[in-house]
Amino acid sequence: MKTVIDSYIREEMFPHIWCPGCGNGIVLGAIIRAIDDLKWDKDKIVAVSGIGCSSRITGYVDFCTMNTIHGRALPFATGIKMANPDLKVIVVMGDGDCSAIGGNHFIHAARRNIDLTAIIINNMIYGMTGGQYSPLTPTGKFGSTAPYGNIDQSFDLVELATAAGASYVARGTVYNPRQSASLIKKALDKKGFSVVEIISDCPVSYGKMNKMKSPVDMLKWIKDIAVSKKVWEGLSPDEKKEKYAVGEFLNKDRPDYTARYKEIIKKAQEMGGNK
Amino acid sequence: MKQKKILEVYQNNLVKISVRREWCKSCGICIEFCPKDVLVPDDQGKPIPKNIDACIKCGLCELRCPDFAITVEGVEGKDE
Ligand SMILES: Cc1ncc(C[n+]2csc(CCOP(=O)(O)OP(=O)(O)O)c2C)c(N)n1
Ligand code: SF4
Ligand code: SF4
Ligand code: SF4
Ligand SMILES: [Mg+2]
Repeated sequence: MKTVIDSYIREEMFPHIWCPGCGNGIVLGAIIRAIDDLKWDKDKIVAVSGIGCSSRITGYVDFCTMNTIHGRALPFATGIKMANPDLKVIVVMGDGDCSAIGGNHFIHAARRNIDLTAIIINNMIYGMTGGQYSPLTPTGKFGSTAPYGNIDQSFDLVELATAAGASYVARGTVYNPRQSASLIKKALDKKGFSVVEIISDCPVSYGKMNKMKSPVDMLKWIKDIAVSKKVWEGLSPDEKKEKYAVGEFLNKDRPDYTARYKEIIKKAQEMGGNK
Repeated sequence: MKQKKILEVYQNNLVKISVRREWCKSCGICIEFCPKDVLVPDDQGKPIPKNIDACIKCGLCELRCPDFAITVEGVEGKDE
């Protein structure tokens, strides 16, 4: 029997390297099911990642793939899209990859509204390097670099992407993979910069340091902290500190970067290169 | 090296649950979150559909498995 998943993975790379219960595999499944729903040609899809446990996704999918350097997946993806706007370009990043070292690229990709889909696997920690806190680690939570609790305020990626100019912004969780797949599907199908943050679990680094010893404990926690937009709106500011709103937050139309670039080339050619 | 696909298949006349044992990492997610308590762990922590007759084919075990190690299908001819 061949499953949907089997048709899109590099089977010889499995079982994958991720720890037992790691959310990266659940997100990978959601991405594949979303793409299968869209019936896209595998060879017209480019998946790009940086460095981190989450970034290893590009090794497992049978698309055109590029595993680049930490924080720089978006610049590489931008280059690919500009060179060949017909390709569907998906960028998978970790929370550290996207919002720490790659934070600048993230806001500018949104500002330009470049037609890419960014999927951020937010396990709220640097998983690969041993549990250092990231800009998405909640205040008060523990990391190897925050042994007494994180004193920083975290970014809200949904607000950040919205303010910076993205066209589509959504948040899902690994506890609810069906919703996550449908949000990813809409994001993939959207023209312009689309962002889906998936709240995920790293039982090994985050869980261990935050009193959640097993993958099951972590998923129960994620179930508890994720609330619908409607519930979120009724919460007090203090209650909001412990929760994440999930669902679709933004879906708007604005000319994307490749279209505007094409226009300016046409204009320059009409003027014979003389301004 | 390409791994041989070893599937353990359990079925009644409505549903077929397959477990790919060499990919399963015994995380316990499918077992804990099955709404009908269909699955129980074996001595290695891998799922066995002991109560397969209670399965409602919600597919959640399959969607939440981080390792693509469990699949649920309707049985041909008997499914919707
Ligand atoms: C330029 C550079 N700086 C630092 C590192 C070390 N490094 C590798 S992965 C990583 C962070 C991983 O965290 P995240 O992006 O959240 O991914 P996760 O492993 O949690 O999926 C860091 C700091 C690196 N590889 N390159
Ligand atoms: S360290 Fe964390 S993020 Fe990395 S594979 Fe293990 S569980 Fe997943
Ligand atoms: S399909 Fe649903 S009911 Fe059946 S075993 Fe899986 S989780 Fe349980
Ligand atoms: S969720 Fe998957 S990996 Fe985890 S115990 Fe179940 S079959 Fe095994
Ligand atoms: Mg991370």
